[in-house]
Amino acid sequence: MTAAGQVPAATKAPRRSTKRPARAAGAAAAAEPAPPSTPVPAAAAAATEPAGAVPAGLTAEREGAPAPGLEPGGSGEDGGSQPKRSVADSSVRVDVDLLDTLMRLVGELVLTRNQLVRGVGEVADTGLTKTAQRLNLITSELQEGVMKTRMQPIDHLWAKLPRVVRDLSSACGKRVRLEMVGRETELDRSLLEAVKDPLTHLVRNAVDHGVEAPPERRAAGKASEGTLTLRAYHEGGHIIVEVSDDGAGIDPDRIGSIAVDRGVITRDQLSRMDSRDILSLVFRPGFSTAKAVTNVSGRGVGMDVVKTNIERIGGTVDVESTVGVGTTWRLAIPLTLAIVQALTVECGPERYAIPQVAVHELVFLDGQSGAAVEYISGAPVYRLRGRLLPLVRLDEVLGLPAASDERDVYVAVLRADGRRFGLIVDRVLNTEEIMVKALTTRFKDIGAYAGATILGDGKVALILDVQSLARRSHLSSEAVERAAAERAAAERAAAERAAADKAATARGGGVDRLLIAGVGDRRVAIPLDMVTRLEEFPTERIERVGSREVVQYRDQILPLLRLAYLLGAPVPEDTATVPVVVYTERGRSVALAVERVVDIVEDHIDARSDLGDDGLVGSAVIQNKVTELLDVRRAILAADPRFYAEQHETEMVGA
Amino acid sequence: MSSRQYATFEVADQLFGVDVAMVQEVLRFGEYTVVPLAPAAVGGLFNLRGQVIAAVGLRVQLGVARQDLGAPVMNVIVRVDDEAVSLLVDRIGEVVQLSDDDFEHTPDTLSGPARDLISGAFKLRDRLMLALDVRRAASTPANS
Repeated sequence: MTAAGQVPAATKAPRRSTKRPARAAGAAAAAEPAPPSTPVPAAAAAATEPAGAVPAGLTAEREGAPAPGLEPGGSGEDGGSQPKRSVADSSVRVDVDLLDTLMRLVGELVLTRNQLVRGVGEVADTGLTKTAQRLNLITSELQEGVMKTRMQPIDHLWAKLPRVVRDLSSACGKRVRLEMVGRETELDRSLLEAVKDPLTHLVRNAVDHGVEAPPERRAAGKASEGTLTLRAYHEGGHIIVEVSDDGAGIDPDRIGSIAVDRGVITRDQLSRMDSRDILSLVFRPGFSTAKAVTNVSGRGVGMDVVKTNIERIGGTVDVESTVGVGTTWRLAIPLTLAIVQALTVECGPERYAIPQVAVHELVFLDGQSGAAVEYISGAPVYRLRGRLLPLVRLDEVLGLPAASDERDVYVAVLRADGRRFGLIVDRVLNTEEIMVKALTTRFKDIGAYAGATILGDGKVALILDVQSLARRSHLSSEAVERAAAERAAAERAAAERAAADKAATARGGGVDRLLIAGVGDRRVAIPLDMVTRLEEFPTERIERVGSREVVQYRDQILPLLRLAYLLGAPVPEDTATVPVVVYTERGRSVALAVERVVDIVEDHIDARSDLGDDGLVGSAVIQNKVTELLDVRRAILAADPRFYAEQHETEMVGA
Repeated sequence: MSSRQYATFEVADQLFGVDVAMVQEVLRFGEYTVVPLAPAAVGGLFNLRGQVIAAVGLRVQLGVARQDLGAPVMNVIVRVDDEAVSLLVDRIGEVVQLSDDDFEHTPDTLSGPARDLISGAFKLRDRLMLALDVRRAASTPANS
């Protein structure tokens, strides 16, 4: 490996050189620094002739031309201003190790530049600042340039696929034609390696399972020969690779039932999924539709492995399908691999890095304001702007001693797999550009880390694998989903009944939909149609106006009544939050505070007794427990005596 | 009569040696990043001129109480399977020239974890030097 200081010299004699041992040209180029505005690919310097004119000629001719790729060099003749990517005349062979060294050095340069720029920012010296800015610009362009040297067209991968498809189709007794669009689309060498196996698997899978056999196709009115299309293009900092077939498509019903059979999801969860979600089930571990895992699709490898491999390089994989028409698998891979923006956080004594792209926002939880972290079925969640966010404690994931619940914590709201979750850390430090270094196989089984990096101060930090953290939040998110679904159901039911008779007396007989709330150690039932919303207010938002309590809610000031007071139950202790039933009618609302929401039931109110305290119209046995039926109208009037005042006289009489 | 140079070092009062050809460098270093959930033998990661190196505690491999990584520790950086790994040792010894003829198979009297980590031994003037099997010593299988 050539030593750092000799890089420019080394390009004069690349180990796998072709016909151009540049001599004086290279030396001249090495001696002169190029003007800052032009990317100066070092390897290009070596190829250019004539020697004397190199520094200037270098700028003029190379302007706008890309750094030479790894294509086997042609004559190395100065190609002038050629269009960018095609089989360029102007290219050289460069040793791959050398490029890796350059890449690493540029990475170090970027980090050092960052440190310098930060330091200079604190010294108010305009001359220095300007120089730092120049350095900044040069470094960025150098980084871009060097990254380009590592780009290779995806055709390098695709070249072998026609053969694969031909052999496989005959083995399966199918006829498949392969079309390739965007063969010249470029991506980083290291990504090519990572994409190779997943892509091959998808192609084999499409031939084996996607495309139907000729008789079936003819019966469906399709041509007996199926078409498999590979498409690659750049889009917004990513390279997109699509594998499309015009085959049988994937049937969500079949996927759904297989998933339930294999215990990947429950029937209940299935009922709440849309077809897009159902199709994504194929990526779950433990799911494999191959009845006999055919050797043909490769080693019994499932879609979950494809997904893991693609995610490991920061990409995503998706599937879209229409039954009878075809299926498209879509890989999206970020273009730059090695240097990423990351958020550094602290947990215990160490720092960790999280790729910025996964960070949605940061939330600070003040230890003082009491438990902002709630627990639903034992899973920690946090209510972020009304929506429940499943939480993952980083110290728990890493097996570190858990800190107390009372301290201040930061929650990093992260995104993965289309889901959000919150990661609890001790402190959030800052955002910086880091160079991702792969962790050796020694650490690959841990699953919590996506790599390592060297921070600005030279210390090593581990990069967290956001996907794997997301999987841990899965348990929380199931509880959250259930709770959210129940709330949604309650709200929907209330809205449906809104047009119905609003008389607040309890119904006689029949089936009622009731919200069961806890007040003290009593259970109180509220007809669901008197529940417009369920909310949970932090205690400090409840304010006193005169002898009453109110709470600000959606630009309104709501009168708040604590049901405990109405029912003569013991005064509840102060808790951090108060669950509240909000009832809204014709633009007026009241809030009825309970101590907890127990359940939502449909019940035949058979057994009733009229024993009841004030505020109740009786009691019934619901879910084997004595539950009191709230006189809702009375409760509303206790909260706001004027609630019905501006309504029609007839309404009042109906009571 | 062929002979080889061995870099020697002490771990838990036993003297070990490694073919000099496998040793990349030796350095004293104190700043390790702990890797939670890693196998017990992994002391941590550190930055060696821009490379992230894993440090494997030989004391841990030998079943002896690990060193306190708060203070600087001696590292023997070796190359195994294209990876640079650091072996954490107590003390560095001298480089000795040993004849292949003096190589002996692991003495039966030696028991314990050390047996699995060495390929044999050399009798030096006043003590025994155990020839470390670098690949085994650097291997850190996942915790069960």
